[in-house]
Amino acid sequence: MALLSPADQEKLRDSFKEMTANVRLLFFTQTVGCETCLQTRQILDELPPLSGRISVEEVNLVLEKDKAAQYGIDRVPAIALLSQDGEGQGHDSRIRFLGTPAGYEFISLVHAIMLVGGRASILTEGNRQRIASVDKPVTMQVFTTPT
Amino acid sequence: MAFANPNITAFAVEATEYPDLARRYQVSGVPKTVVNDTIEILGALPQDAFVQQALAGLSQAASHEDTETQV
Repeated sequence: MALLSPADQEKLRDSFKEMTANVRLLFFTQTVGCETCLQTRQILDELPPLSGRISVEEVNLVLEKDKAAQYGIDRVPAIALLSQDGEGQGHDSRIRFLGTPAGYEFISLVHAIMLVGGRASILTEGNRQRIASVDKPVTMQVFTTPT
Repeated sequence: MAFANPNITAFAVEATEYPDLARRYQVSGVPKTVVNDTIEILGALPQDAFVQQALAGLSQAASHEDTETQV
């Protein structure tokens, strides 16, 4: 059963038309000991049918340790967003979601997909320059709850 | 911000599914943003204020990291 209503599907389908680049969602999961992985999988499965530019690739945290380490993922469910160039080569956007992207988090995920998929950033030019001047590694964690 | 600078990595963390992380960073309300484990930004701020706090905190953390322990 679809989680999204037909009306929401249509709205998303329309929004995703703005995308100019392909986006791959790396979905980190494991087969046992993950209560919310199934729900996350169901949510993510709703997206590719809405846009030919969105694909989902499942990564097993246990079996593909190297890949998980490459993206700094040590727990599941987690999602890493990649942009894909013309040759299908993935480029890490360094945007990650830890936990189930339900509720408002789903909206955040959609916005992140659109950004990685080529939609203009909402940053003002001044802020973009300030951010671009950061010259050492920075990790930002934004905590939310599923409301 | 991560998209605007390759040095920046951004995590959206679902606090109820990661209670250990929420505890470690003493998350009592959301949204709460933690930058480099030390700088905390509470609530949703306008863009200018958010960027300013995140980056101002950064240079502060960098200049004090040898002598100060953040609480």
